[in-house]
This record gives sequence, structure tokens and C-alpha cells, in this order.
Amino acid sequence: MIPASFEYAVARDVAHAIELLTSSGGEGKVLAGGQSLIPLMKFRLAQPAFLVDINRISGLAQIRENGDLRIGALVREADLDMNPIVRERYQILVDTTRVIADPLVRNMATVGGNLAHADPANDHPATMLALRASVVARGPTGERLIPIDEFFVDTFTTVLGPNEILTEIRIPKPPARSGGAYLKLERKVGDFAIAGVAVMLALDEKGKVGAVGIGVTNAGPTAIRARKAEEILRGQATDDKTIAAAAAAAAGESKPWSDLRGPAEYKLDVIRVLTQRAIRKAVARATGGK
Amino acid sequence: MAVETAPTTSKGQRTLKIHVTINGAPHDVDVEARTLLVHFLRENLGMTGTHIGCDTTNCGACTVLLNGRAVKSCTVFAVQADQGTVATVEGLEKDGKLHPIQEGFHQEHGLQCGFCTPGMMMTAVALLEKNKQPTELEIREAISGNLCRCTGYVNIVKSIDHAARVMRETAEGKA
Ligand SMILES: Cc1cc2nc3c(=O)[nH]c(=O)nc-3n(C[C@H](O)[C@H](O)[C@H](O)COP(=O)(O)OP(=O)(O)OC[C@H]3O[C@@H](n4cnc5c(N)ncnc54)[C@H](O)[C@@H]3O)c2cc1C
Ligand code: FES
Ligand code: FES
Repeated sequence: MIPASFEYAVARDVAHAIELLTSSGGEGKVLAGGQSLIPLMKFRLAQPAFLVDINRISGLAQIRENGDLRIGALVREADLDMNPIVRERYQILVDTTRVIADPLVRNMATVGGNLAHADPANDHPATMLALRASVVARGPTGERLIPIDEFFVDTFTTVLGPNEILTEIRIPKPPARSGGAYLKLERKVGDFAIAGVAVMLALDEKGKVGAVGIGVTNAGPTAIRARKAEEILRGQATDDKTIAAAAAAAAGESKPWSDLRGPAEYKLDVIRVLTQRAIRKAVARATGGK
Repeated sequence: MAVETAPTTSKGQRTLKIHVTINGAPHDVDVEARTLLVHFLRENLGMTGTHIGCDTTNCGACTVLLNGRAVKSCTVFAVQADQGTVATVEGLEKDGKLHPIQEGFHQEHGLQCGFCTPGMMMTAVALLEKNKQPTELEIREAISGNLCRCTGYVNIVKSIDHAARVMRETAEGKA
């Protein structure tokens, strides 16, 4: 399969990328890892007239801690997985990146692209919702910080303007006694999720839940935050009854559809079970376990 | 990477000149921006060692090393390799001597029809570059993006393990 022809430019830096996108009058598209865009172009489901390749912009592929964790938009999944800071303190990100596609795709695929693509089947959106991340976007009029709750509009649509570049993802510093986990059920390695659930929570001295975030993959036109489930957990001890109630609520808030990965009722039950397991795993990690 | 020399089409133009080193040999060629790396290798350069299995980013038959990393060449544009290096299966054998990974596949019967083999071997080469002594699980994880319809993977895993052992022994011999 051969994509339709297009003009192509390599952006020197972010300002140049914005300039190129602006000059294209809305016809331009950003090329990051290309692992979603190029398959779409091969099927001619996408036929951009102009590609702005951001892969050579230096400084967008860094991971650093600055109170919060800052992940450059061009960080490849394989590099996120191997990063020592991430490995030590952000297990939920390791969980997530390791179940995205396969190692070859992960050598190219970027974290920024995974969010900007806004596929409800992508795994980072749910995790970033659970983590209460924000994304930094730069456009012709400057930079803005977008809370992840406001980022996804619809399937394949975000609040990014046609000449805005996602440059960085910021994740708040995890509080004391906090832990997170992302669990995904897939038919085989490399497949998109039947369902996936991300849970991030912090416990107080008495073991009651303080801050909590729950995100669900493939549960609607965009990844969703299971707010009712969060509400049930907040302020409570993590006993079986509370966890079961929260998990039932998460399924209740999800709207998966029937497809070749299974009927909707089945997926709802998968979401319920994964939510229970992810809460238990997050609690275990918050209390020093794995 | 020197961005000043990076290719950019001028208005209305869809072809550009790239400089890319493939298996150590420099190439300066004109290429359409939409040309996929795998088509560039197979059709423009006649290097048909790199296979197209699925054409949908699923099978890994098209795996090559781009700047040292194993990638699916059906999902990268050739222009993205400008100023970079590409390694393909054709570059494994040197002066009539098989690469240890090729030896491994030969010794351990790591192939049947051979269609997945070039991609498998390139993925394995990248793995062994990073990890001199991979466990069975690490090998299986590394090749999880490369599909084989024939072997059931057991002998492929053995072949990669064989190559790892040979490469370690050679390295020790030299040290
Ligand atoms: C076989 C296969 C299996 C996969 N399985 C999974 C999976 O299980 N889970 C999962 O989450 N993903 C999966 N993916 C998708 C993969 O993770 C993609 O790489 C990811 O969705 C997009 O990232 P990218 O860097 O490749 O972006 P690209 O493909 O380059 O871009 C995707 C879109 O985002 C835009 N974009 C990218 N970066 C920016 C930016 N910085 N600023 C503004 N816009 C930007 C592009 O213009 C484009 O519209 C799979 C892909 C393949 C091929
Ligand atoms: S041909 Fe590239 S992944 Fe199958
Ligand atoms: S040997 Fe036939 S596909 Fe692997």
C-alpha cells in the first residue's frame, strides 16, 4: 500500500514546526513516530497534503523531574520503559508502555503521539487521566498548559489547534504512600485493548484513600475518567466491599461497544474485574509491595 | 543530526534528495517523500532481502535497523532515514563468513519457509547489541513483534540463544 503523495519538511525546532504548519493553511500534519499516522496514510484514510516531520527537533525527547515529571512529546515508548526515574517511581507508566503494541513499534512510537492521536484504544490516555497529567502545547500565540481532563474532545480529536504542537507531558509528583497500576486485557501481544484500566491512589496514615484517579481505555469515544468510582473510594478503607462497589461503578460509567474484540456486556465485566485488580495492585504498591 | 541538511520539498514538489548509509555503503538518491523505507530498499535499490509480510505494521518481516534500532520499514518513510544508517539482512554476512545470528539459525533450524527470517534476525541483532546474555523470556519479548507462521518459535529462540553464546565466546577470546 502506498500513501497519497505529499510535500514534506523537516522542522528545525518547535517555532519552525509551527511556522511550517501555519504556512500550510491547515493542510499540514505533524509526523512523530508515524506508527498511527503512516498506517492511516497507507490505507488512505488520511491524505495530508503536507507533513511536518518533528523527529529531528532536539530537546523534545527528554525525561526529567522538576518537582513534577516532564516527558518530552518525542520520547519513544522504548525509552520511557528504560528510563531509570520512570522505572523507580512511576510503575504505572512502565505498566502502560510495556503493553503498547510490540517492541518494534515501541522503538518509533512517541508518548506525545499516543495522546495527540486521541484513539480511545490507545493506552496512555487512561493512564494520564488517572495521573491527572497536563500537556504543554505551543502554537503561534505562545504556550498553554492543558489539563488532561480537557484535552480529549472526541475520537481522533483533541483541543490542539491545527498549528499547535504538543511539546511535553507533565505528571504531578506522586504523594507519599501512593501507587498506581495499569492493567490491560488483550487478545494477543501487540493488540489494542479489549479493555484497560489505570488506577492511581494515595493512602493516608490510616490506610484510607486520599487522592485517587481512575481512567478506562476503550470505554467510549475517548478514554474516560471513572469519576463515580473515584468518589466511592475517596476517604474509604480499601476493603473488599468498597473495591467491589468502585469497580461496579467504573463499569457503569463505561460505554464500550461490541466488535471483534467481544460483545459490550463482556467488556463491561472485563472493566469491572480489571478495576478491582488495578485498585488492589495500586494499594499494594502504595504500601511498598509490587 | 544536522538539521540544516535535512530534506524539505519546495512548494509543489514531492521528491527530494537524501543521503543514507546502508550496510556501510553511502547512497545519494532522489526519492519521493511518500516512498516507504521498505519499498525504497526493495524497489529503488533492488535489495529484496527485506520482506513485506502484512504491509499493515503487524508482522515484522520488514524489520531493519534504522540508526541502530529495530523498526518496521513498512511504517517509516525513506526520507526519515536521511543522514542516517540502515542495516538490512544483506549486510550480516561479511567476506563470505556468516554472522553468528545466521550461524545460529542454521545450527538450530530456526527457519522453515524463511519468510520471517530476515526480520527475526535483524530484531535479534538489535537485541544482542544491548543484551549479551538474554534469558529465554527476554528473547521471546524481543521477538514479540515478529510473527512466524511455521516454526512455533522454539527453534528461533534457540537460534538467538546460540548466537548470543557464540558472540560472548568470540568476545572473550578477543579480550
Ligand atoms: C501494530 C500496532 C499496534 C499498536 N498497538 C497499540 C496499543 O496496543 N496501544 C496503544 O496505545 N497504541 C498502539 N499503537 C499505536 C502507537 O502507539 C502509535 O505510535 C501512537 O498511537 C501514535 O504515536 P506516534 O508517535 O507514532 O504518532 P504519529 O503516528 O506520528 O501521529 C499520530 C497523530 O498525532 C499527531 N501528533 C503526533 N505527535 C504530535 C505532537 N507532538 N503535536 C501535535 N500532534 C502530534 C499526528 O499529526 C497524527 O495525527 C499501535 C500501533 C501499531 C502500528
Ligand atoms: S510488512 Fe511491515 S510489519 Fe508486516
Ligand atoms: S519460517 Fe516461515 S514464517 Fe517463519
